[in-house]
Amino acid sequence: MSTSYKVVHCLNQFFGGLGGEEQAGAAPTLVQGPKGPGLLIENSVPGLRVMSTLIFGDNYLAENTEKAVQEILNLLAPCFEGDDAGRPDLLLAGPAFNAGRYGIGCGALCQAVQERWGIPAVTAMFPENPAVALYRKTVFIAETSDDVRGMAEAIQRMTPLGLKLVRRESCLPEEDHYIAQGRRKNVRAAKTGAQRALEMLVQRLQGEPFESEYPMPVFDRVRPAPPVADMRRARLALVTSGGIVPRGNPDKIEAANAQRFGSYPIKNLQRLSSQSHQTVHGGYDPTCANGDPNRVLPLDAVRELESEGAIGSLHDWYYATVGNATSVESAQRYGQAIAKILLADGVQAVLLTST
Amino acid sequence: MVLELGYIEIKDLVFGQETRVHGSTLVVDQDAFKEALRSGDDRIQGLNLALAKPGQSTRIICVKDVIEPRCKVDGHSVGEGRTHILRNVAVVSCGKIVGFQEGLIDMSGAGAEHSPFSRTLNLVVEVEVAPELPPHAHEEVVRHAGLKAAGLLAEAARTLRPAEVERYHCLDTLEGGPKLPRVAYLYMLLSQGLLHDSYVLGRNAREGLPCIIPLPLLMDGAITSGNCVSACDKNTTYHHQNNPLVRELYQHHLQELNFAGVVLTNEPVRLAAKEASARKAVELVKTLKADAVIISKEGFGNPDTDQMLLIRGLEEAGVLTVSITDEYAGDNGASQSLADATPQARAMISVGNANERILLPPMERLLGPLEDLTRLAGAYPHSLHQDGSLEVELQAIIGSTNQLGFHTLRCREV
Repeated sequence: MSTSYKVVHCLNQFFGGLGGEEQAGAAPTLVQGPKGPGLLIENSVPGLRVMSTLIFGDNYLAENTEKAVQEILNLLAPCFEGDDAGRPDLLLAGPAFNAGRYGIGCGALCQAVQERWGIPAVTAMFPENPAVALYRKTVFIAETSDDVRGMAEAIQRMTPLGLKLVRRESCLPEEDHYIAQGRRKNVRAAKTGAQRALEMLVQRLQGEPFESEYPMPVFDRVRPAPPVADMRRARLALVTSGGIVPRGNPDKIEAANAQRFGSYPIKNLQRLSSQSHQTVHGGYDPTCANGDPNRVLPLDAVRELESEGAIGSLHDWYYATVGNATSVESAQRYGQAIAKILLADGVQAVLLTST
Repeated sequence: MVLELGYIEIKDLVFGQETRVHGSTLVVDQDAFKEALRSGDDRIQGLNLALAKPGQSTRIICVKDVIEPRCKVDGHSVGEGRTHILRNVAVVSCGKIVGFQEGLIDMSGAGAEHSPFSRTLNLVVEVEVAPELPPHAHEEVVRHAGLKAAGLLAEAARTLRPAEVERYHCLDTLEGGPKLPRVAYLYMLLSQGLLHDSYVLGRNAREGLPCIIPLPLLMDGAITSGNCVSACDKNTTYHHQNNPLVRELYQHHLQELNFAGVVLTNEPVRLAAKEASARKAVELVKTLKADAVIISKEGFGNPDTDQMLLIRGLEEAGVLTVSITDEYAGDNGASQSLADATPQARAMISVGNANERILLPPMERLLGPLEDLTRLAGAYPHSLHQDGSLEVELQAIIGSTNQLGFHTLRCREV
């Protein structure tokens, strides 16, 4: 017996049969069963059933995306929050080909539904559809041709990809014909790294095409903040990625790829000592930092500046995490969270030390 | 200078009455071995020996180094004469955590696919040092104990007839020979302090590098490891003894390419020193008249800068590069993978995302200081589950993303 899958399908006004551009402002409606391309989806896999079709006007969704998505989630809620037996396995949207507004609608709906209900959602677009840049990192987008002539192929890609995700099978862009999401994943190669390195070198020497296994990233450039107008009046805070924590590491910050940051009081401290503080950073020789933690978190020097009047005051708390192997994504999150707290505490300047 | 490496095939490892090879079984006299290891170093307070073999339900933790047992049977110095090697055997040194960098080896289960030392017959040497010993001395005691154990063990191979003998000559390629592209190997060694050091002929790699090293010296174990950071991309002494890039290049020598030589360079901590090392390494590669070079890295983060400086310098000098790196892309693979980049790094080999998590099944036998299990780099406070299974990042496993290109693991975009 083949497994049966239940799908909710999303279409714009045109493919949903409401009408052309004159219906682009149409409010979303939910209808029973498949419409238009939904019939092809049902026919493409035995046992697959399109339970209902959500139809939206291109402009209605593209022009006020956040509000429209919320409205659609409310329409879909009874479907996804009903009894287990009737709950859909998968949301499919489009294909949107090269239609920009339609693409944005499909991408936004897929993202919202997978986030809210944790079920896979797949759409399909032409790689140059402007919505691809917006949603490819979070949404699986099957690759299509630029217009409706590629409908059959688009359905043949989008549906099996969705079912693979439902079955939690692993997918690859070239095998499953979706647009690469920019995530890095470990796989096994046929040859060792040493063999691959030599092969690539010979290709380069012979002027043959070769494919780097890690294309260089483009780094974010952080624009420096304007200088503090008057340090003698500023409240300064100490922040470090060098892993200086009170002895015993009360927050259990990891030695590598830190999953958290900590905040610790220094109100009555003139300097740190090897009895009071330590480093938990796993990426450098910790001997000196453990011997004198002030060399990573310069409390002693800043207290001197404070007593000389060079800074207004030192904030009573310092913030620390471990930079060793910590992902940029996490680091950004910690930075934003710490900045928010420091701003709320009236801090104007930060001395950020790393190792 | 000619070096012969003679391999003695070993298929089993047992404790017994006398340390020797019996058929293809290596027998170790536990008591005598312990006594010999302890003698001469009163900083060793306790010493445990254990055997760990492929397929066993065994986890070895806080691993410092892995060493292939070798002894010099003919010839007076490193790089010449004959060296005998106990093939399939490794000495694994471990002990209480010194930093946060030490790693683990699983002899079976999901983790065994990721370490070459899950497939070797391991003599595990657990060293307990005298209390209050400073960290640098602690590291040294364990490092020396491991090397000594490997030397002692290899004595069993001294008088045996090897099943296979490999010969390594100096690369003397500047004169004559077929018209082939000249390829050099640029070998980066970590040199950043405690648990981050490497040794060349016993001398810390922080000094005296970059330099050109003759091939027979390299193949005769000139490089030993004093680092364990992080476990996944440290080169153990065993990795240095069996560098796969050197073997690949040697095999293809005078076929598609002319192996022009090996330049060793270090990875200092200060930027000015990094720039100076990179400049000198580029000059040395140029003296080899290389058209192209393969660059291997050790460690990650800070060493990314060393590698990028080398790539930029070489490409600007007209030398084509291919460089091996691992990645730290976050456990979901969504972050950028390196701490530094240069547009000239057009040809990279990626040997895996070290942040990817793996669930290691519970093991019946645990060797090493158990209390330190969740303090390894790559572990989390909640890493150890109640049933004894362990959820860690790949970076906790010795050699899992080795940047000499030992493995078939790679990372790609999905």
